[in-house]
Amino acid sequence: MTNVLEIVTSRKLTYEQKVMSLAHAAEDTLSIMSIPEKARYYFDIKAIDDLYEGHAPYRPRYIMPDYEKFIKNGSEFLRISPPEDLDELLNSLMILYRHVPSITGFPVYLGNIDKLIEPFLEGVSDEEAKKKLRLFLNFLDRTITDSFCHANIGPEPTRAGKLILELEKDLQNAVPNFTLKYDPDITPDDYAELGIYTSLFCANPAICNHKVHKETYSSDYGISSCYNILPIGGGAYTLSRITLPGLAKVATSIDQFLNQLLPECLLELGNYMNQRVSFLVEKSGFFETSFLVKEGLIHPDNFIGMLGITGLAECANLLMGDNGKRYGHDVEADNLADTIMTIISDFAAQFPAKYSKISNGRFMLHAQVGMDYDLGITSGVRIPVGDELENVYDHLRHSARFHRLITTGCGDIFPFETTGRNNPGAILDIVKGAFSLGAKYISFYEENSDLVRITGYLVKRSEMEKYRNEQIVLQGTTHLGAPNYDHNRLENRKVRGV
Amino acid sequence: MTRAPVNKIIPLSLVDGPGNRTSIFLQGCNISCAYCHNPETQAVCNHCGICVSGCPSGALTIVGSRVKWDPEICKLCDQCIKVCPTFASPRVRNMSPEEVFQEIQKNIPFIRGITVSGGECTLYPNFLKELFAIANENGLTCLIDSNGTTDFSRFPELMQLCNGVMLDVKAWDEQIYKKLTVGATNSIVKKNLQYLADCNKLEELRIVCLPGEVDAEAVISGIAQTIGEKACSVRLKLIKFRHYGVKGRLQNTPSPDDAYMQKLLQLAVGFGFEKAVIV
Repeated sequence: MTNVLEIVTSRKLTYEQKVMSLAHAAEDTLSIMSIPEKARYYFDIKAIDDLYEGHAPYRPRYIMPDYEKFIKNGSEFLRISPPEDLDELLNSLMILYRHVPSITGFPVYLGNIDKLIEPFLEGVSDEEAKKKLRLFLNFLDRTITDSFCHANIGPEPTRAGKLILELEKDLQNAVPNFTLKYDPDITPDDYAELGIYTSLFCANPAICNHKVHKETYSSDYGISSCYNILPIGGGAYTLSRITLPGLAKVATSIDQFLNQLLPECLLELGNYMNQRVSFLVEKSGFFETSFLVKEGLIHPDNFIGMLGITGLAECANLLMGDNGKRYGHDVEADNLADTIMTIISDFAAQFPAKYSKISNGRFMLHAQVGMDYDLGITSGVRIPVGDELENVYDHLRHSARFHRLITTGCGDIFPFETTGRNNPGAILDIVKGAFSLGAKYISFYEENSDLVRITGYLVKRSEMEKYRNEQIVLQGTTHLGAPNYDHNRLENRKVRGV
Repeated sequence: MTRAPVNKIIPLSLVDGPGNRTSIFLQGCNISCAYCHNPETQAVCNHCGICVSGCPSGALTIVGSRVKWDPEICKLCDQCIKVCPTFASPRVRNMSPEEVFQEIQKNIPFIRGITVSGGECTLYPNFLKELFAIANENGLTCLIDSNGTTDFSRFPELMQLCNGVMLDVKAWDEQIYKKLTVGATNSIVKKNLQYLADCNKLEELRIVCLPGEVDAEAVISGIAQTIGEKACSVRLKLIKFRHYGVKGRLQNTPSPDDAYMQKLLQLAVGFGFEKAVIV
């Protein structure tokens, strides 16, 4: 119980962060999952990682409420009638957000926010709307103190979206993360350029390949947390990951890795994830009791399990051994990485995942995950910082190749020279090219920006500095971001531009 | 086959026209502006060989009576340019339009088009024509970045293939122009201004601003009078002089202050240049 005492007496946590940590510690006193010896081994060598999701899941990791339904029907449980004007809308959303659980304790998905707001702007001047939206956005940033929180805009241009982008540029908020769903056939250039221009001031919004992602589910998708492509009206039960370098370290040969270790580890991971999902669905009582289910804002049929992948680069490099061939730079290393991805993807395509109707009874792949303790492990399928390809086009071709098999979130991050602000159209050309080749998600930030992206979530450099100096910081994600930023030398990310 | 000396090809350029473009810099210029920030592109190497022995990476050799450059081992240290009596870069490849396009092609689908700059690229009109024809076929737009001393009306075929010209209007008064460019005249520049405006090929206008050296105020009003209502649709870049890369009498000259640049911007806006910017 030292851990609990440490939490209680910590000088680095806010009251809220202590409460969250205590809840976590309490949950972890349970041993519900039966972990077979083989699985235990893969946990021990850090090849399987449950990402501190807790020992007894009592809510899905990520929840994507159908906010449009909420606005249409209101909520009996929350005693909210359908909103009739902008004030009522924003107030209703603020109340509902407070009651959307997730792994972080905060809502990770705030909806297609421009679409929610747009109908309520009729008859409201820009100036008036901006005042209300500013208060709303600041409320979100100061009360959702964890930046694994996402709102979506686009692909159609809206006045609401434009006003939000204009506000975000000035507000410099870390929460929520915004993504612009982008489809060149739907989104006008000037709207996409406004998004890119804004991101060169406040690292928001990121841009997602709508054409590709809209095909992911039979129903509409949203982007939550730090880039999770999930069905609206559902979400993700769990995200557990395979940490590939951990597995590569114990491999005796490439052949043994591909044919024995990797399949065996995936099988253990799959079984473990099924146990988590089963407990959540069958035992926790979440789906029987939550008003979100009763009022039809979510449905258990719309939840999936995400199988995370990380450190593909270091894994391929380790397996290349002494020949020095590197992921991203050498055909041999890339082909090996491709084989690894194919094995993982084939596993997911045939392994029966429990209670996963919307994904046809299968787990889905995710590659956006990074933890504070990831030392020398590059997030997902990215090329490590410091080893990026000199030519950004080559880099993006590589991204497109490795984004291919990952369905629920995979992206790249590029710091850009300040001059990019003068020509967002040029950056849009690069996005168009990358998306036409199949790249799925791109985000930019300006080289000197206070707000920077860690793996997918946003953290302020100024907040990280406070955290390093042992000061209390508002956002819990700064605790996660600062060590990751330092361990993986993210300040050295290659700045693009001319 | 038409060939041109290529100083460098930049795959990604945010600053050479609309959208993302690949920029091709040709070697050799017919004027030598005092404020030129890449004077190593002005003269064409005369193969005197002075630079060869001092190359620290051994990338330069004499083959026959010519200086040969090996891009594979070159460290881009610029030592060769420093010792050259005319600051001419020996790091130049003589390339055909097809060879240049092979390099450009690698950048599709990330680019909208190409911009050929210099030196002064219009010294090689046939090369431009052939390169633009290939680029057009491949869906790329083609821009020329020029000092405007070549009479564009003499090359109708090239102008047909070219989407627009980014024109430097360095000075309005003939004497000021002469002093700045060491002896050139600007009558063709003024003629081109009219011609390009008339045939809708004026992509961008540029003035490098440095009071005492450049009559920027006169250039702004002169352009406005020449191109009339087109002033409202063409982008005018007021470029603040910076001494980086400059060699010769202006190499230590400070940049004009922001107040001066703002004054020019106001003047330009007053003359109807709605798309005037300071860079």
